Amino acid sequence: MTDAARFVVFDKVRKTYPGGVHAVRDLDLEIARGEFVTFLGPSGSGKTTSLMMLAGFETPSAGDITLNGKALANVPPYRRNIGMVFQNYALFPHMTVAENIAFPLTVRRTPRAEIEAAVLGVLDLVQLSGMRDRRPAQLSGGQQQRVALARALVFNPPLVLMDEPLGALDRQLREHMQIEIKHIHARLGVTLVYVTHDQGEALTMSDRVAIFRDGRLEQVGSPLDVYERPGTSFVARFVGESNQFAGTIREVRGEACVVELDGGWTVPAMLAHAAGVGARTIVSVRPERIRLSASEGAPARVAELIYHGDHIRVRLGAESGQELFVKILSGAAPEWLRPEAILRAAWRGEDARALDPSPADAPR
Amino acid sequence: MRRTLPQLSNWLLVLPLFLFSAGIFVAPIALMLLRSVQDPELAAAFPRTAAELARWDGQDLPRPEAMSTFITELRGVRGTDRISFAANRLNADISGFRSMLLRTARMLPQADGGDAAETLRRIDARWGERSTWTAMRRASGPVTDYFLLAALDLQRDDDGAVAAVPAERAVFVGVFLRTLWVSILVTGFCLLLGYPLAYLLASLPARYANPLLVLVLIPFWTSVLVRTTAWIVLLQRDGLVNGLLRRIGLIEQPLTLIYNRTGVLIAMVHVLLPLMILPLYSVMKGIGRAPMLAAMSLGARPFEAFLRVYLPQSRAGIGAGCLLVFISALGYYVTPELIGGGGDQMISYFIAFYTNRTTNWGLAGALSLILLLATGLLYIAYARLSRATGPAR
Repeated sequence: MTDAARFVVFDKVRKTYPGGVHAVRDLDLEIARGEFVTFLGPSGSGKTTSLMMLAGFETPSAGDITLNGKALANVPPYRRNIGMVFQNYALFPHMTVAENIAFPLTVRRTPRAEIEAAVLGVLDLVQLSGMRDRRPAQLSGGQQQRVALARALVFNPPLVLMDEPLGALDRQLREHMQIEIKHIHARLGVTLVYVTHDQGEALTMSDRVAIFRDGRLEQVGSPLDVYERPGTSFVARFVGESNQFAGTIREVRGEACVVELDGGWTVPAMLAHAAGVGARTIVSVRPERIRLSASEGAPARVAELIYHGDHIRVRLGAESGQELFVKILSGAAPEWLRPEAILRAAWRGEDARALDPSPADAPR
Repeated sequence: MRRTLPQLSNWLLVLPLFLFSAGIFVAPIALMLLRSVQDPELAAAFPRTAAELARWDGQDLPRPEAMSTFITELRGVRGTDRISFAANRLNADISGFRSMLLRTARMLPQADGGDAAETLRRIDARWGERSTWTAMRRASGPVTDYFLLAALDLQRDDDGAVAAVPAERAVFVGVFLRTLWVSILVTGFCLLLGYPLAYLLASLPARYANPLLVLVLIPFWTSVLVRTTAWIVLLQRDGLVNGLLRRIGLIEQPLTLIYNRTGVLIAMVHVLLPLMILPLYSVMKGIGRAPMLAAMSLGARPFEAFLRVYLPQSRAGIGAGCLLVFISALGYYVTPELIGGGGDQMISYFIAFYTNRTTNWGLAGALSLILLLATGLLYIAYARLSRATGPAR
């Protein structure tokens, strides 16, 4: 049972709280050894509950979780040998940095000399060598984050879990730590399950992203997959930005289709859910994939230009009352692009996806 | 002006409270404590005698002039309050002094005649003893260490040296030690009972924790007297506890649960328990669940995680709770008075006794001062200890 592709397996795992709240419904997921998988979703989507069940702090109401072929059902958290980084680090304030990091080794009765070597090694890994005798309260947020990371890695767990570990850091530090965690993952080869509600973080760091919604897995795939080929209109909205238009499928040719939007436009798209001619759909297009020109496509009026430094966001109003956002690189903005200008918007069929017709702004 | 104005208004805001606590709290306590070193009664009744005695070297007997001065002054205060107060004060030192002094005053001949010392000795032979006069000299004020020494079961002998009082009169050191011991026991039991409860309260979700917290607070808001009286009902010989134990067959003879140490401990632990639970709860609430979870995810069994991670972090709450309970217990009065036997009375019982019944305010003040000093010292020791070993938060 050393199937590397099935290192962690969620098999029809369900978590129901008293009062009938379904936190997780029928989760099926396989995580390969050495993989970096991110659980992404809004709060209450079940991602943290799933992580806590894997860590052993929540018990599944039904289904099985296996780690390296062994069922975890009756293994208490302290015997699972899983490293975990908590949301607010959960460092022990009464211990020094070195004592914090040595904690998992001292509870395992590791010999003193080995502990010393391991602590030094992992302090070096997270670049905190000079801080060993400080108390957590004397460290900055980023340094505390590194200590928590070091403490979760020092006992060489084959699996490390992280529950929104960067949530408390400011943006620059967060981006820096993202890269650092990614490098540490690559260097150590551990399997990493990472929970976040930040889609940018998920795309930057992961091998695969599992998107949760209302306790269900909405889509699992590589960052490229979930961004370029969202399987549902929820994923298209949640990961990155997208323009979404309701419409009816008029024509299907293999994977391609033609959709008549409710505002009257007829547009090409890739058919991304099982539906035939006449079915309702939502067409989703990324703002950076819409091309503006004077001649080609549907007419629209520039309502607003918003300058973002590296790019410009263009808010367009179509005759039908529909609104769409377009992203244009700052240097690439044509001269005629200014407020009130009438122009035409179009996209290639392969850049639009005809998705399930759940209404855009009411996530069920 | 711009800077002094808010300061002035700040002072005005706290002025009423300041005056109130100064007048109602600080001043009476200070006056009461001053009493422990003041000795005004004898000097008030016999000012010139007191001055004479201050000059006396303490050997043999005072000069005959001093004796005749005393007789003159004794005649002058006969039947007044002043002689009565002075007699009370002297009686506290040597029992029987009060009746001797009052009888002497009554039996003094109207006119001076003959030797003053002889006149006194004829009325009562004790006027011929040196110890009578040294006692008067000790009481002639204006300041004295008599009460403070007495509060520690010490006295000055006729030569002015500090010596232990006779064993049958030595009570206060024993009472202080008893007070300390009972307070330690109560604090220990409160911690033992309060810690798990506070832990439960802190780990439950609010909708369960809040009603439970109210159950902790309701007794806290109830008068100590009511709760103590309730314990009398429960613990007495034919009370509910004994009745229940006998009905389920655990005991045959009723247990003596009241008017002894057991009853005092039960009732005091119950009364003071909220003072332990509340600071523990607030500290534990701040710790949260995460450290325990983190410790377990790192491989610590629940018990080890508790010992190495949770307990040290809750130490501030343990310290605060123990200090609150212990210091409250040191001054406890009502509960031991109502539920304890003669051998369970704590120091505040004696303070109340000397304040209300024998009006020996000097001794009451001295006992209070020593209790206050002991409490202060313990607090300082605690503060030092918690600063020396506390986490650098």
